[in-house]
Amino acid sequence: MGDATVANETIRPQEAAHFGALAAEWWDPKGSSAMLHKLNPVRLAFIREAIDLHWAGDIHSVKPLAGKSALDVGCGAGLLCEPLARLGANVTGVDAAAENVAAARAHAEGSGLAIDYRHGELGSLGLGQFDLVTSMEVIEHVADKQAFVSGLAAHLAPGGLMVLSTPNRTLASRALLVGAAEALGAVPKGTHHWEDFVTPEELEELLVAAGLTVGTPKGISWSPTKGLHLSDDLALNYIVTAQRA
Amino acid sequence: MSDKRDLLILGGGLVGMTLAIAAAKKGISSHVVDRADPAELTAEGFDGRASAISTASWNLFRNIDIADALEPFGCPIASIAVTDGMKPGRIDFQPEEHEGTLGRMFPNRRLRLALFEAAQGEDLISYRPKTNVLTRHRGDHGVTAMLADETVLEASLMVGAEGRLSPTREEAGITMAHWDYSHRAMIVGLTHSKPHENVAWEIFYPAGPFALLPLLDDEDGSHRSALVWTVAEKDAAGVLAMPRSMFRAEVAKRMHGVLGEIELQGDISAYPLSFQHTVQITGDRLALVGDAAHGMHPIAGQGLNLGLRDVGALVEVMSEAARLGLDFGDAQMLARYQKWRALDSLMVMGATDGLTRLFGIPGKLPSAIRRLGMGMVQRTPPLKRWFMDEARGVSGEVPELLKG
Repeated sequence: MGDATVANETIRPQEAAHFGALAAEWWDPKGSSAMLHKLNPVRLAFIREAIDLHWAGDIHSVKPLAGKSALDVGCGAGLLCEPLARLGANVTGVDAAAENVAAARAHAEGSGLAIDYRHGELGSLGLGQFDLVTSMEVIEHVADKQAFVSGLAAHLAPGGLMVLSTPNRTLASRALLVGAAEALGAVPKGTHHWEDFVTPEELEELLVAAGLTVGTPKGISWSPTKGLHLSDDLALNYIVTAQRA
Repeated sequence: MSDKRDLLILGGGLVGMTLAIAAAKKGISSHVVDRADPAELTAEGFDGRASAISTASWNLFRNIDIADALEPFGCPIASIAVTDGMKPGRIDFQPEEHEGTLGRMFPNRRLRLALFEAAQGEDLISYRPKTNVLTRHRGDHGVTAMLADETVLEASLMVGAEGRLSPTREEAGITMAHWDYSHRAMIVGLTHSKPHENVAWEIFYPAGPFALLPLLDDEDGSHRSALVWTVAEKDAAGVLAMPRSMFRAEVAKRMHGVLGEIELQGDISAYPLSFQHTVQITGDRLALVGDAAHGMHPIAGQGLNLGLRDVGALVEVMSEAARLGLDFGDAQMLARYQKWRALDSLMVMGATDGLTRLFGIPGKLPSAIRRLGMGMVQRTPPLKRWFMDEARGVSGEVPELLKG
C-alpha cells in the first residue's frame, strides 16, 4: 500500500491487533465476548423490526432478507453475519483483522453458511452496493469518522437500509461501559476509549453529511430483571437506522 | 449425516411427542428417538394411568390441532374437593359458570394415540421408535446421536425428554435435587354406583394422599374414576400382594362411600414416587423438558401440565430465535428458556411438595391446623383463585401456545 492509502486509513493498527488476538474466543458465549453475545438478540430484534418496516415484509417470515444482499462492516468473527445469512441474505462481512476473518470463515463453514468474508479496508475492496448495510459497535473504534460513514453510505444501494449501533458519550457510559465493565471483566481492557464515543446528534450530523436521513434511535439499556433490552433511554448504547435522503 | 434437523428429541413420550408436533407447526424439524414400541404403548391395558389436562394444556392441544380428536375421551373436572382424611373443613375449588372447567381427565392411552396419529402426518418429524441411543455428542456447530445400528442423527439442539431417569441429563452432568418420598403410587381404575358429578377428590391421609379422578362413563354406562393411592414403600409389597377383594375393601374404607359401591377395573399398577428438580435445565446445545427437568409428585396432577408448559416455552423461544436468524443452539435463546421455566416449575413443585409434607404429619393437632388452614383458603377468595389458576395452569407468564 502506498502513502495515499495510509492517509485514508480509518482503522488504527493497534486496535485491529487487539481484536485479532480475541478472534478465537469470539464464539464462546461465556468468553471475553460474552457481552456481545448477550447484545446480539437485542440488536437483532431492532434490525428485524427495521427490516419488516422498511420492506413492508411478513413479520412471521423466517427469511425476510431472501433475495437481498447485506454488508456487515467490522464483522468480527461473524456474530451478526450468520444471523443475517439465516434470514436469507447474501452476506458479505468485512473486518480489518485477518484473524477475525479467518475465525469467521471457519465458523460459517461449520454452521453450513455461505458468507463472503473479506479482510481489509472497506474502501479498497471494491465491493459495490448492498440492500442492507450494518456496522455494529465499530464507529467508536474509527479515527476518521466522517470518512468511515461516507464509505458506508457509498455501499448502500438505492432504496437500501443502514443500521448502526454504538455507545453514547455520556457520564453514564463512561462509568459503566469503560470503568465498571472493564473492572468487572465484562469486556476486555482496552476495548473502549470513551473520548472516541459518538453522541446520537453527532452521528446524525455525520450521516446527513453523507447524504442520508436518520430514523429514531433506540437505546440499549440494562436492568437487573430484563438484562439487556431495547428502551428509550439512549444514555449507554444506541442503535439507529438510516437511508438515502 | 445428510438429514440435519433442528431438534434431536431423545424420548418420544407424551411431552417429547407434543414438542415435536408443536415445533413442526412452527416449521421446526425434528428427529424423535424412543426405545418403546408405540403398538405396545397404546395397547389396551398397558398404561392404566390418566392425566389431568389443565385449561392451558388444552389450549396447547387446540393450537397443535389434536384437541378435536381427543375431545370425545375427556372428562371435564367441574370441581376439586380437597379434604383432610374426610374430616370436616373441605375446600371446594369450583369455578364460576363462565370460567369453564378446571381441566379434563384423559386416559394416557388416548393421549398417546392422538399424538402418534398427529405425528405421522408431519413431514417435519422423523420418528424412530424401538430405537436405542448408543452415544450422544454436543459440539460447537451441532449435536449428534449414534443409534444401535450405527446410524448417526444430526441436529442443532438436543432435547432430553426421556422422563425422570433421563440418561441425556445424567450424561450432561446436570444434577437434581432429589427427595425420595419412599412412597409408591398404586393406580387402578374404579367403577362405582354413584356418578362422580365431575368432581376430583384429593383426600389427604397421613400415610399419603388418595386421589379420585373422574373419567367418562364406560360404554355400558357404568361410572368410572381413576384411583391414585399413595402408600409407604415399606407397605407397598404387602398392599400389592393383597387379594383383589381385600384391596377393594381397603380402598372402599378410605372413600367413605362418596361414590357408593365400588369395583376394581383392570390391573393394579404401582409407580415409585420421587421428587426431583434441576435448577439447571439447559446445557450447551441442550434443553431438558418434562420429567427429565422436574419429576414431581402426581397428587396435584401437575406433572404433565408442567411438561407441556416447557414445550410451549421452548417452541416460543425457538420461534423467536428463528425470526432473529439465531442458531437453535444459541446460548442466549437457551438462557431465556432456562430463566422462564426454572422459576415456574420450582414454584409449582414447591407448593406440591409442601402440600404432601403438610398432610404427611400424623396426629390430631396437625390435622386441626390443616383443617383450619383449609377453612381459611375456602373463605379467602384471592387464595382460592390462586390455587385454581395454578390447577388450570394459567398463572405466571404463559407461553403463547398455551393461550386460548
